[in-house]
Formats: sequence, structure tokens, C-alpha cells
Amino acid sequence: MTFTKKLFITILLLSIALIFSAMLGLTSGSSGGITEVFKMIRGEGDPTLSVIIWQIRLPRVILAATVGASLSLGGLVFQALLRNPLAEPYILGVSGGSAVGAIGGMLLGFSLFPGVTLSSFAGSMMTLLLVLGLSSGQMGLRKDSLLLGGVMVNAFYSAIITFLISLSQQTSQIHHILFWLMGDFSMMSTDQWPLLLPVIPCFLVIASHARPMNLLLLGEESAATMGVDIKKVRLILLVTTSLMVSLVVCQSGLVGFVGLTIPHIFRMILGSDHRILIPASILGGGSYLIICDLLARTITSSGEMPVGIITAMVGAPLFIFLLWRSQR
Amino acid sequence: MSAIAVRNLFLSYRKTLILQSISLQVEPGEFFMIIGPNGAGKTSLLKAMAHLIPTDKGNIKILGRLQSDYSKRQLAQVAAMVPQQVTTDFPFTVEETVLMGRSPHLGMFAIESKEDIAITRQAMEFTDVAHLADRKLDQISGGERQRVIIARAICQQPKIILLDEPTAALDPSHQLKIMDLMERLRKDQQITIIMVSHDLNLAGMYGHRLLLLKDGKIEKTGTPEEVLTQEQLTSSYCCTLFVDKNPLTKKPRVNLVPEK
Repeated sequence: MTFTKKLFITILLLSIALIFSAMLGLTSGSSGGITEVFKMIRGEGDPTLSVIIWQIRLPRVILAATVGASLSLGGLVFQALLRNPLAEPYILGVSGGSAVGAIGGMLLGFSLFPGVTLSSFAGSMMTLLLVLGLSSGQMGLRKDSLLLGGVMVNAFYSAIITFLISLSQQTSQIHHILFWLMGDFSMMSTDQWPLLLPVIPCFLVIASHARPMNLLLLGEESAATMGVDIKKVRLILLVTTSLMVSLVVCQSGLVGFVGLTIPHIFRMILGSDHRILIPASILGGGSYLIICDLLARTITSSGEMPVGIITAMVGAPLFIFLLWRSQR
Repeated sequence: MSAIAVRNLFLSYRKTLILQSISLQVEPGEFFMIIGPNGAGKTSLLKAMAHLIPTDKGNIKILGRLQSDYSKRQLAQVAAMVPQQVTTDFPFTVEETVLMGRSPHLGMFAIESKEDIAITRQAMEFTDVAHLADRKLDQISGGERQRVIIARAICQQPKIILLDEPTAALDPSHQLKIMDLMERLRKDQQITIIMVSHDLNLAGMYGHRLLLLKDGKIEKTGTPEEVLTQEQLTSSYCCTLFVDKNPLTKKPRVNLVPEK
């Protein structure tokens, strides 16, 4: 199969999957089936249902899709850049850094945009530099210390997050803590989703670096001799990915392991070519998180749980499997 | 015009001087060998030529033009490098890997044309890896992988190929295969070959000129007959080496002499 054909089929199938999961996300729940949605499109639906679907579920589906796409892409970039199959925004502590930055910004009374967004970006960037600094030895990045650094940074951030939220005099603190630590899409509303728009230019910047990312997988020197300006590419990708991750973390809290699960599944099916993996991760990551969120809010009858619980139940065993395989 | 001209090059890494006052010229179509004991700075010299590491002083000209005047892409179009090893944590197929050699000639979003695929096919056939096209890089032997990387270098259609001990981990038959490949490339396509090697006999057999490096300085440059002498090698390598003539190739042959 030629490259173009493979790319076309991948995008086609995954777009269908995304539309399908979005429909499922819009129509599943306590009320309003697929027929109701079609009625509403024709303008003859029940007005209460219309509010539920367009004002509550639609923003939520958009948020889930954006977070899934961004985190998957973030994992893909980190894995290529660090040449470490276990790298991922959550595991590296980058998501945690964004969350601490965002909460800090809120406590300082910044406005949601641009104040909190910027403090969240600063948090993710600083964490990334810290973890990279911790693990860079004479021979480049050491794999084990990269992960160990990430785990410790994460533990520290979880404590900070819990501490900061406990300090603030907000009601329903436990809910807030859970939101930040395990991810939650329930607080999304229609006026917030424009804040997610800047991830689209991030997608484009990353997609335009697909070829250098391929070359990087064979080693930095090897890439340099094939015309890749390593320093420039690394800087652009790290900054763009941090920005993208912090944008979604501000809206969703910490959803872990998505960046591990999705790129690995697609790498197994589609191979290592980033020109295919990037669109696949965006579309597939989006569908994946819509479905995870759907499960999180429908699996128990007594109410919903944070979506991070579902992604961790899938992702953590995968992480352990990958670790085991890489040690052999 | 020389393929590569190095003038008065100094290079240090973490305040340790690695190379000092290196000057050399490699002519187009030459098979040039860099030899020397461990830690002499051979790989550093090669990497400096490929513009992979910064230098302190001096300059390097590639095809008459200062290395610093080239963009990374332009440099990749004239000089290809075959590293000691490539990482295979994320295995690509053999064909994908070889096809990557076309990237210096392609734009950001460009998709490889039929011509690029044809060049890739040719390169794979030339290095005898075409039958492995769909295999993953981590499923083939070391010798095969080395030939894949050489095919990738050929795909760059360079004027110069730099190789860092390409035969180091290979058995004799694969060593010969690689060396013969490089010789054929040189002869058929007038590509300049610059190779770092630990194997003095291979260096003597294939190299037109040899550069003997020790402690970051040039000890001797010249033909195999001029460099591979008993006195020179014994002093440079600090061990007794006995040199005679290979009865088959008439080239100098270096023999190890046990201490006792």
C-alpha cells in the first residue's frame, strides 16, 4: 500500500470513529436518544432535552475530544523527542506542572485568560526543564532517571495541589481536589470552550514536524546528518507541546496515560511513521477520551466519576507491560 | 577543489582538548582512512567534518565552501554520515529507513515521489537489502542493518560519505562486503569516502591515503606504505606490531606480536 493511500484510509476510518463516538457521547445518558437528536436538528425536539444536549453534553464532548487529541499528540511528541517509549505528559509530570501553575494563578486572582493560561504554561515548561535537567547525563538522557524524576515530581505536585486547594476557602473541596488530580469534564460550559482553540495551531506546528520526528527516532546525530536542525526542532516541539498540554489541563485537570495508550496502539497497527501517527493520534485520541468520559458518567448509577480513573485503569497496566518488555 | 579541507582545527569537549592543529585535505573520489589508537580523536574529527560538534578554532571547507555557510539541509545534500550504530527503540521498516535518506531533498509536507521511491529501490539493491524491504530494523542482523544505513546514505545522493567504524562488530565476510560496497561507490559514482577504522589491514587494503591520529594530533599522513610501517605503528600504538607484505594484495600487512 502506498503512503498516500495508507494516510487517506487512516484519516477516513478514524474520522468516522470520531463522529460515531461524538454521536454516542451526545446521545447517551439519562435522557435523549439518537432519534431525539435528529428531531432537534429538524427543529421539533423537546426544549429541555435540547438544553441538555447542546449546552451540557456538546461542550463536554468537544472538551473530551480536544483533551484526548492533545494528550495523545503530546505523548507522541515526547516519545519521539526523548526516544523513550514510556514518556507521556502525565508520567513526565508536565501535566502536573500545568495544574499547579493553573491553581497558583487562580489563587493569585488571575483571570482565566490570559493569566491562568500563562501561569499554567509556565508551570508545565518549568517542570519539563526540571525533569530533563534531572535526567540528562553525559551520554544524553537516561531513561530510568527520566521516569523516576517524573514520578517524584508528580508525587510532589499531587501534594501541592491538595494542599493549595485545602487552603482556599472553597466549598466542595474534595470535588475540586478530585477534579485536578484525576481529571473531570463535568465543569465545562459553552463559554469556556473558545479557550481550547489555541490547540489547533499547536496541532499544525507539530504536524509540520512529522518528518524531523521520524528522523529523530534513529538518533539525534543521525537526524542531524540528514538535515535536521536538532536544537531548533527540539525547542519548537517542546514549547508547543507544553503549551498544548497546559491549555487542556486548565480545562480538564490531570487525565493520565492517554498519551501512552493511544500512540502505542497506533504504532502497533500503523508503524512508526509520524506523518500517519500524528493525524491518527489526534483523531483516535479524541474518540478514545469521548468514550472514556461516556463510561465515567454512565458506568455507575449513583453519579459520575473522574475520567482519569478510566484512563488510568487502561493505561497503567499498559505502562507496566511496556516497562517489562523494555527490560527484557 | 578538495572534497574536504580542514585547516588548523582545534576542538575540545568539557575543557579537555580533543583535537589540536589538524590540517588535512581529501580529494574528490579518494578513499581516505582515519586510524589511530583508542581515544585519539578519530570519531571527533569525523563528527566535526559532519558539523555535528562545535569546534574551537580553525575551519573546515566542504567542496570549497565553508561548512558554516551551509544550512543543515544543504550540508545533508552533499555529505552523508554512517554512524557506528543507530537506535532501534522505535523500529521502522528497512524501506522506510532508506527512504528517509531522501528527506534533505524534500520539503516540509512533501510526499516522496515515484522518483524518490526508485532511488530508494536502487540503493537497497546496491547494498543487497532489497529482499528485507518490509522487515523491521530490529529484526535483521547487525551486518544487514549497517548495509541499510549505507543505503540510506546513498539515497542522500551525497558527494562525500563519512563512516564511523562501519565494520566494527561484523564478521569477516560482512566486513569485506561493506568495504567492497564503498569501493564500488567510489569507483562508479566518484563519491569521496572518509572512514574511521580500527582495522589496520582493511585500512591498508582499501585506503588510498591514511591519517594516523594520536592524542588529538596528526602523527602521519600518506599512502598505506608510508603510514603502516613497523616503527611508526609500534611507537603510535605503544605495542610491538610486525609489518610485512600481504602476498596476495601486495599491501602492508600488520601482525600482532604477543608480549611473551
